[in-house]
Amino acid sequence: MAKAVNNPTPPHRGLAKAPTGVQGLDEITGGGLPRGRPTLVCGSAGCGKTLLAMEFLVRGATQFGEPGVFMAFEETSKELTENVRSLGFDLDDLVKQKKLAIDFVRVERNEIEETGEYDLEGLFVRLNHAIDSIGAKRVVLDTIETLFGGLSNMSILRGELRRLFRWLKDKGVTAVITGESGDATLTRHGLEEYVSDCVIQLDHRVENQVSTRRLRIVKYRGTTHGTNEYPFLIDEDGISVLPVTSLGLQHEVSNERVSSGVPRLDMMLGGEGYFRGSTVLIGKTSLAAHFAAAACQRGERCLSFAFEESPGQLVRNMRSIGIDLEPWVKKGLLQFHSSRAAIHGLEMHLATIHKLVRDFQPRVVIIDPIDTLVTAGTRRDATVMLTRLIDFLKIQEITAHLTNLTSASDALGDTDMDISSLVDTWLLLRDLELGGERNRVINVLKSRGMAHSNQLREFLLTDRGVELQDVYLGAEGVLTGSARKAQEAGEKAVAMLRQQEVEGKQRERERRREALEARIVALQKEFEAEEEEAKRLMAQVHASQEVLGKDREEMGRSRKSDTNEPPTRSRKAPGVRK
Amino acid sequence: MKKPAVKKAPTGAEGEKETWELRLYIAGQTPRSVAAFANLRRLCEAHLPGRYKIDVIDLMQHPQLAAGDQIVAIPTLVRKLPEPLRRIVGDLSNTERALVGLQLRPAKPGE
Repeated sequence: MAKAVNNPTPPHRGLAKAPTGVQGLDEITGGGLPRGRPTLVCGSAGCGKTLLAMEFLVRGATQFGEPGVFMAFEETSKELTENVRSLGFDLDDLVKQKKLAIDFVRVERNEIEETGEYDLEGLFVRLNHAIDSIGAKRVVLDTIETLFGGLSNMSILRGELRRLFRWLKDKGVTAVITGESGDATLTRHGLEEYVSDCVIQLDHRVENQVSTRRLRIVKYRGTTHGTNEYPFLIDEDGISVLPVTSLGLQHEVSNERVSSGVPRLDMMLGGEGYFRGSTVLIGKTSLAAHFAAAACQRGERCLSFAFEESPGQLVRNMRSIGIDLEPWVKKGLLQFHSSRAAIHGLEMHLATIHKLVRDFQPRVVIIDPIDTLVTAGTRRDATVMLTRLIDFLKIQEITAHLTNLTSASDALGDTDMDISSLVDTWLLLRDLELGGERNRVINVLKSRGMAHSNQLREFLLTDRGVELQDVYLGAEGVLTGSARKAQEAGEKAVAMLRQQEVEGKQRERERRREALEARIVALQKEFEAEEEEAKRLMAQVHASQEVLGKDREEMGRSRKSDTNEPPTRSRKAPGVRK
Repeated sequence: MKKPAVKKAPTGAEGEKETWELRLYIAGQTPRSVAAFANLRRLCEAHLPGRYKIDVIDLMQHPQLAAGDQIVAIPTLVRKLPEPLRRIVGDLSNTERALVGLQLRPAKPGE
């Protein structure tokens, strides 16, 4: 977990620190509480002061080999033991092992008569005795302000408290002193005057009927510390503080790609899917399920937070579209965590997520849907907290799959606007209403650091899971669903008609060509016939001329003519005859 | 452990049969604890002659005894008997308040 620390100063520089062992607190404080000095933990009743103090001791005793003394002014050791048993702390056992000493100090004003000068040496003796008996390194005084109720001489009391804190420092123990919040002061009796090294404030606020516990380091001398309010949880493992700050943009980035579980979607994302450790915002649970299944297939652990469905319901619903998650759940690779968003404040949810992520150590986290989380807080809070969450996941190199509720129109929701800058890959699912039906299209709105498709795909849920289809792009825009099918069918019909038309035209041309050829043949025949006729006439003319000639010779011979008649006359003769 | 400083046998005079058991907690021989002891003895002699017993417990030597009687302030006088248990804090220099605390004198009205 140390890599989650984003503290600007390296811990243990100059000031020695005693790790608290409280999840997250050491990260905020850069290593723990100031060693050998008192720390004031203040807050209103029921804010968790005693638990924090007790956990500090128990962790010290069990994890850091530092025994501790708990000086209780409000609860008997029996009550304390019972109260913290629910957190898994066995005080009796620790006391038996001499790792813990509990001393209940009861101060009742009506039992005490003050008759002159006194001091609080008795308290010092008891504390000293308890410390020495187990070699304690840590001390808790809870709540020393009770003394103000039991003793009436304020000047003695204040003097003695000052002496006590000095004494604790001299003794070299790391002390936690709790104090109840006053109206305008950190503590009702001004304990902050005496404890100047480190002050931690706890707060238990109820906003819109939702309670949130918060922790803030008011001051920490000699250390730069986070000044934000950090939400914290109290559960069966004690306290865990959500230490994530929104400062962290120094995380390692990975070039490794992970499949989205939908091949066509991977194609849209440069052919390889998401970057590992990136944050993906997407509108569908089914895509998240694909992604989860793909992660489990790779043998990676996946943690899924469902705010709308129970795990059983989710598994059943996903099975209906052909994604079987149950084997992965059984294998322990997939863990669901379902809860209604309204049961906690946003911060509590995020603290829970934080804690479960630490426990389960997943490579993939799914939050479905993120919008409901946002409704658990105000919008500004939500943005801040989501930033913290996303940074936290990035630092762990966890690929986060956030789903959002698909907005009915093209308009982007408020949530989208707020977190758009935080996500690396944003797959936008939109509903298109057309021809009396609603269809979904998906496109990659952005995907940092990769060449991605800018095209719309139709998003189909089949019994084999999610499928992406090309959409019809035509003069009438993007068509999907049955409109796409109708359009496609219409196109086919048109094409067929055109084909038939072409074929018809071709046939006609063929016919016309045949006709033309026929006419050519006919004309040729006609011409041939005419030619024949002409030849025949010529032959006739020849024949008749020959006959005329012969006749003239005959006539000449018969007239006994001496000379031959010039041929002109003979040529003229046939014309005359004609 | 306990250091019996003064022990006087009950005399049974004046019809008072009960012996008072008193414990004075101190932390080292400081002027204040010396004063407290002196004041206590004076009080007892004056009001409980012959029927009181004082244990002086020095927490510097017996720190483990502090928790048992819920000692916070020093000096503290604890009246173990007669019951109920009473705690009187301070060096007992205010005799009036000490007597009230020990219930040897009823508290004045309004006090």
